[in-house]
Amino acid sequence: MTNITDLGVAAIRAGVAQGDFTAREVAEGFNANVAAASALNAFIVTTPEKALEAADKVDADRAAGKPLGSMAGVPIGMKDLFATHGVQTTAASHILEGFIPQYESTVSSNLWAAGAGMLGKLNLDQFAMGSSNETSYFGNVISPWKRSGGSNAQMSPGGSSGGSSTAVAARLAPAATGTDTGGSIRQPAAFTGITGIKPTYGRCSRWGVVAFASSLDQAGPMAHDVRDCAIMLGAMAGFDPKDSTSLDLPVPDWEAGLDGNLKGKKVGIPREYRMEGTDPEILKSWEDGIAWLKDAGAEVVDISLPHTKYALPAYYIIAPAEASSNLARYDGVRYGLRDLPEGSGLQDMYAATRAAGFGDEVKRRVLIGTYVLSAGFYDAYYTQAQKVRALVAQDFENAFKECDVILAPTTPTASFGLGEKTDDPLAMYLNDVFAVPASLAGLPAMSVPCGVNSEGLPLGLQIVGKAFDEQGVLNAGLAIEERARFTAKPEKWW
Amino acid sequence: MSVDKQIVAKIASLARIQMGDAELERMVPELNNILSWVEQLGEVDCSGVEPMTAVIPNTLRLREDAVNADPLTGGDRRDDILANAPAREHGFFGVPKVIE
Repeated sequence: MTNITDLGVAAIRAGVAQGDFTAREVAEGFNANVAAASALNAFIVTTPEKALEAADKVDADRAAGKPLGSMAGVPIGMKDLFATHGVQTTAASHILEGFIPQYESTVSSNLWAAGAGMLGKLNLDQFAMGSSNETSYFGNVISPWKRSGGSNAQMSPGGSSGGSSTAVAARLAPAATGTDTGGSIRQPAAFTGITGIKPTYGRCSRWGVVAFASSLDQAGPMAHDVRDCAIMLGAMAGFDPKDSTSLDLPVPDWEAGLDGNLKGKKVGIPREYRMEGTDPEILKSWEDGIAWLKDAGAEVVDISLPHTKYALPAYYIIAPAEASSNLARYDGVRYGLRDLPEGSGLQDMYAATRAAGFGDEVKRRVLIGTYVLSAGFYDAYYTQAQKVRALVAQDFENAFKECDVILAPTTPTASFGLGEKTDDPLAMYLNDVFAVPASLAGLPAMSVPCGVNSEGLPLGLQIVGKAFDEQGVLNAGLAIEERARFTAKPEKWW
Repeated sequence: MSVDKQIVAKIASLARIQMGDAELERMVPELNNILSWVEQLGEVDCSGVEPMTAVIPNTLRLREDAVNADPLTGGDRRDDILANAPAREHGFFGVPKVIE
């Protein structure tokens, strides 16, 4: 028999349902991999007992002949941005260290109800602000991938969902939750050779997810293949009256709807994504993707998204503005850290607490956000950015008159070494240049692995779809997956 | 538009983040780099464009007019709410003296 921890969501679920192995055996296998991988620093907290408890319940339900959920017997990693009842939730920040939620986020709650179990809480960039997982208070996450040729450099797993991408790529979990504000599911998925989808804004409830930029934040699954993502997204999504922006729509059966035949579909290729400075190997992978989708029966059309260039700067006004407002709640009063210097008053306590609790990147973004929202600058920065955002969304609306999905690279480069880009925040931001436009427009978008570059590092292709058309995105992703036949794995060194 | 040390100190104070001289000085060029880069948004002709308010059209719902319609967001959760407070007294959050 193959090693259980090599299996994905669909295979584990089927194996448990058929009695090939028990859910407990699965949980034990992944718990062991997690325990042996502390060198990757993917988890902030591990919860092997939770994984076993959920597995035992599935095994008991099966023995009793009860119906099993869509994630029955599948242990997963939970990004440490989701509040989990009784289990520390930190957003990878010192300011929330020791915070034990008294409630469960809707998304995690949905997953447990579907039969999934929790292996632990995954490391991430602090408050999901970062693209390399180098801003966590709990240390960098290290990608399981290395450059070929015996390089010893530690590589970035991407960010902000870098614990999630590392855990799945290193087979510490068959799947993990991620959140995507400006690429935080897709970019780490691309960096580590896994698959991840950000659904339409509002598909997954934000209730119980530590807020970064509320008009952009969306949860989604990260897993080995398109089918696993379809299954897990189905379990995560659904209307939630506790989130005012939750979509009151039925959740389609995305797994049942999977179909890699794209006959009659049109795939748009946005000319503005051919940016100067993009790695030629990335451009080559894009050409491969175009050929694969043609082979799947799709017609390829040239499209224009004229405001692409302005999406990233607009994002770096809007996201920090929302963050500065959202993070005002960390004041040393209600939860988390309190720093009360001797003899100081309330205002000093706020300032000291936030100085001690927030990391550098978080402070930088809170300051930018405070500045662009301050009297006299609001219209020039924030209002202008929201107008540009409307134009970016309009670009997509126009493009989707001519095509069903859009194909583009996920990232401008493959993974880079830890420490190689930390000196220049702007260079780091550019990682998300291809991912941010779909975020600003609230559209479903996914990354599918498509090959490795000359250094042996994975590359991803991105598919962006119309609002509510996750199915179209998943189907195009499947068509790529079936042709890319991505089988590369990181060699175990940890 | 660019910021100097005095402006950064003012922003940091508005954001309630204590910063020493060295940190303020380090922040000035970092923030200016980012601000001068986002300035390119000024090139975009936005005449007649309404700023976006909702990314996916949605209607704001009213919840049911009932006490504790959803127990997770209803009342009677005092102890849960205080459970993580750094200081609590008599069922309230504890803070340093506010009124002299």
